[in-house]
Amino acid sequence: MDILNLISIALTSIFISNILLANFLGMCSFLECAKNIKTAMGLGLAVTFVLTITAPLNWIIYNGLLKEDAALWTLFGMTGINLEFIKFLTFISVIATFVQIVEMIIEKFSPALYSALGIFLPLITVNCAILGVSLFFVEEGHDFIQTTVFGFSSGIGWLMAILGLAAINQKMKYSNVPEGLRGLGITFIVTGLMSMAFMCFAGISL
Amino acid sequence: MSFSKSKEGQVLSKPLIGANPIMVQTLGVCSALAVTVQLKPAIVMSLCLTVVLTMSNVIMACIRNFIPGKIRIITYMLVISTLVALADQILKAYVYDISKTLSVFVGLIITNCIVMGRAEAFAMTNTPKMALLDGLGNGAGYSIVLLAVAFFRELFGSGKLLGTKVVPQALYDMGYVDNGLLMLAPGAFFIIGILIWVSNSLYKGER
Repeated sequence: MDILNLISIALTSIFISNILLANFLGMCSFLECAKNIKTAMGLGLAVTFVLTITAPLNWIIYNGLLKEDAALWTLFGMTGINLEFIKFLTFISVIATFVQIVEMIIEKFSPALYSALGIFLPLITVNCAILGVSLFFVEEGHDFIQTTVFGFSSGIGWLMAILGLAAINQKMKYSNVPEGLRGLGITFIVTGLMSMAFMCFAGISL
Repeated sequence: MSFSKSKEGQVLSKPLIGANPIMVQTLGVCSALAVTVQLKPAIVMSLCLTVVLTMSNVIMACIRNFIPGKIRIITYMLVISTLVALADQILKAYVYDISKTLSVFVGLIITNCIVMGRAEAFAMTNTPKMALLDGLGNGAGYSIVLLAVAFFRELFGSGKLLGTKVVPQALYDMGYVDNGLLMLAPGAFFIIGILIWVSNSLYKGER
């Protein structure tokens, strides 16, 4: 039953409510970086990686420190402490710090990976998909394992969407788009069509 | 004197159409799509963003000479997330139901690229007064797009404006049907795509 629940969370966040195509998170880098498949792949992998780590990390901090009557304060016998209002500040600091640390580690130990992912890492701090996932698990009340799965599969969903758009963009170089629509305009229309395609998963109930 | 006046006017009016943050600079698109199913949350969101953007711009412009270049990004983050936390608390206290509709998107103002983008591109190199005007101008540019998208989505998607029916019953009797697609995600993408097309075609000469 537990496993089924996790699978359902994964499938829901990849297909049914895709973080980008249904929840509109991470649009900025999505629109800017979907010019070619290689860049899209690098950015998508970096997002998935950061999401898989920061979502559980933020879960621990939220449930241990910030939530009303959180674990740490109850341990010391203090009740009635609710630090929920600083969750934005905490989450974004955790994400920014983590991204910075990962960047330094990768640069030190794997120059090849760094040259592939490195330039995307600073972009990720301000990618709203990362902060969005951390805010969503609070809203939905997932537990630790659910949050990890949710973070990872949201990343995969995002990766899939940006790869799809990059592939379409590469093909679209050869098509005759009306002048005013070129660039940003047609990208939105294409994303709309992709999101429509993903909507046919919406009927599936898990 | 007239030069400086026109410069200030420029800072205020350019982001409305010519350098619109959403349609031209591709900043802050996420929230423009997500909160525009109805007009009311869109209005609240626009107000929120304009206030946060203007305040962060002014604060950054005031302290810009004391911040070492290397830690400026984290400083933006701290200033912006504090302002957003304030905005979130205020919304929860006074308009609780709308704050529920906006859910995570108030929090996501932190990563809304407009706020940080303007801090980096404008407030760090200008006086507080100019930064104030720039914040107001960009906030207004963002609001225009948000309100336009929300207007079309609510009108054609559910036949309502601000929650009251505006499409007359007689029209429904003649066979008019609300376009439910506009209420869903793809509708938002299409409307914003079309808006960009229209503005590109109309203002081609001015850029």
